[in-house]
Amino acid sequence: MTSTRYALARTAGSLAAGLSRRTGRGDGTTVGGRITLALDPTALEHAAGGRDFAIVSGTNGKSTTRTFLTAALLTRGPVVSNAGGANLPTGLTAALTRDRTARIGVLEVDEPFVPIVSEAVHPRVAVLLNLSRDQLDRYAEVRRLAGIWRDALSRPEAPVAVANCDDPLVVWAASAAATTVWVSAGQRWANDTAVCPACGGVITRDGADWSSDCGLRRPTPTWTVEGTQVTDPDGTRHQVTLAIPGDVNVGNAAMAAAAAALWDVTPADAFTAMTLIDEVEGRYLRTSFAGVPVRLLLAKNPAGWVEALSMVPDHEVGVVIAVNARPADGRDPSWLWDVGFEVLRGRVAVATGERSRDVAVRLRYADVDHTRVDDEAAALRAATKVGPVEVLANYTAFQTYRRVVGDG
Amino acid sequence: MADPVRIALVYPTVLGTYGDGGNATVLTQRLRWRGIDAETIDVGIDHSVPEQADLYVLGGGEDSAQTLAVNRLGDGALNRAVDAGKTVFAVCAGFQILGETFLDGAGAVHPGLGLIDCRTDRLDGPRAVGELLGDSALDGVGTVTGYENHGGRTVLGPDATPFATVRSGIGNGDAAGDGAIQGNVVATYLHGPALARNPELADALLRRVVGELDPLDDAEELELRRERFAAITRAKVTRWRRQWRPPARQ
Repeated sequence: MTSTRYALARTAGSLAAGLSRRTGRGDGTTVGGRITLALDPTALEHAAGGRDFAIVSGTNGKSTTRTFLTAALLTRGPVVSNAGGANLPTGLTAALTRDRTARIGVLEVDEPFVPIVSEAVHPRVAVLLNLSRDQLDRYAEVRRLAGIWRDALSRPEAPVAVANCDDPLVVWAASAAATTVWVSAGQRWANDTAVCPACGGVITRDGADWSSDCGLRRPTPTWTVEGTQVTDPDGTRHQVTLAIPGDVNVGNAAMAAAAAALWDVTPADAFTAMTLIDEVEGRYLRTSFAGVPVRLLLAKNPAGWVEALSMVPDHEVGVVIAVNARPADGRDPSWLWDVGFEVLRGRVAVATGERSRDVAVRLRYADVDHTRVDDEAAALRAATKVGPVEVLANYTAFQTYRRVVGDG
Repeated sequence: MADPVRIALVYPTVLGTYGDGGNATVLTQRLRWRGIDAETIDVGIDHSVPEQADLYVLGGGEDSAQTLAVNRLGDGALNRAVDAGKTVFAVCAGFQILGETFLDGAGAVHPGLGLIDCRTDRLDGPRAVGELLGDSALDGVGTVTGYENHGGRTVLGPDATPFATVRSGIGNGDAAGDGAIQGNVVATYLHGPALARNPELADALLRRVVGELDPLDDAEELELRRERFAAITRAKVTRWRRQWRPPARQ
């Protein structure tokens, strides 16, 4: 039941996308989706076309978890997904109009758009990873985002929530859902959850456990993560050896497995599919530059930086810290001071990106030896003099580095 | 050996949303680099503020966190420290709660600590978000730069004077001022963090505690400041270009 208006809007959007690609302006996803949505505001609902969806949202880990879940669900048949990470309604509309055959969809969704996208695609499950400070110039407060999720999940016909029981903001939001599957996906960054989102009181922590006087507390998880082991609801332990680094990604894998179980994918099959993923759109990519091994790590916000810094090895490596402050990054890099760059002491860092001067001052006060190089390729070349290089970059700086190393 | 200079970072888990914890790092390091023993004390939200610290630093936070922090500070520890002549540097939400009143998350008037003669309600327009530039009223501090992100309008009473005159940005949203100075309490809306972007301000605060200071090589901070000044100028030029329209034909 495709309306004429939607058909026209879809055609116009894909023409514009093709034009954008051919003229080298971009991959056309955003402009195509924007035109389609402008001509038919219900285009996302039309494009969804009654298919069977999972949505994935959270401050960090959206793309990785979307990739994991897609891999797991591919064992069930073709899957449409917003690969490339365009996670606003425009990008989702473009992805869904491009592939009209796959019956299952996995969509990563920018946090504030969870209600709009849920209304349009009626997902079976919402995978809710974590919430922490990010782009505060746009969203101002983290708790407000949790409130938006909570409202979306308390609507009738809201999806099943697969939610991280270690993040109080996520728990407060997800406990509004009729059905919730709790996963102990971990929370290394607790600095946005000292205050209870429900009552404004103090959250008391005792190891992994946490509680607030108002009664909000850590739910008992049905999926448990310990190191690289995941215990499923049947009590079976799975050793999850991923090809990508970071403890945080074992948690993301557990979240994806819990969602895939709603399509009757067994945990063993799900994890096997996920271990084959060795990069996610350039993240964790191992490549080389000037004959020296280079790894790209994306970190968009303090929580992401803490995770990324934990992946930098102790031995002799060159470290590039690349930071921009464009609208997609957040215009205010004050968050650099929320991140413990002190862990890089004893290593040599190169500051680059459009806000390299902010990075240099931060590294100065962290007592980390550093230089500052404006040009991203020159900064990488300087770091290769030290040894293998870890490039840590925020969102738009990361896209620059994918071009520098010739990926994407 | 003398006791270390103690910088108390007040409730960073609730008043630390905008990177302002960096102010304590800057103060401590600038003392250490000069051979003066210094330490930062992170004050947890379940503890009272230590009264024997030398300098108290408060940062920005979300609405509910702000109310939680001011309720904890209601035990009077910070007020007693100020009465004893200690220096306080407060930013954004930390500034608002030191005043007579501010608005809580629900929009209700909430009493502050009364350390600054000011009252905070809501800005008429949209939230103030962007680069903030001004000229500080503190001796030797000069031009101050940072980033503001708040919805509050703060009106000063007769006992407080503005911390800076705003050249670009919103600040208090009243009388072209930003922040406040009242005795040993200095407050501003500048994030960045303020003391990383304005090392002269950091040293002005430290001089209140330890007296005269040896100079430091702040070449990197100066480079950052020059770049930020240029960025504000570029943004202004872009705005003018966008607003310019060809004169209408007669």
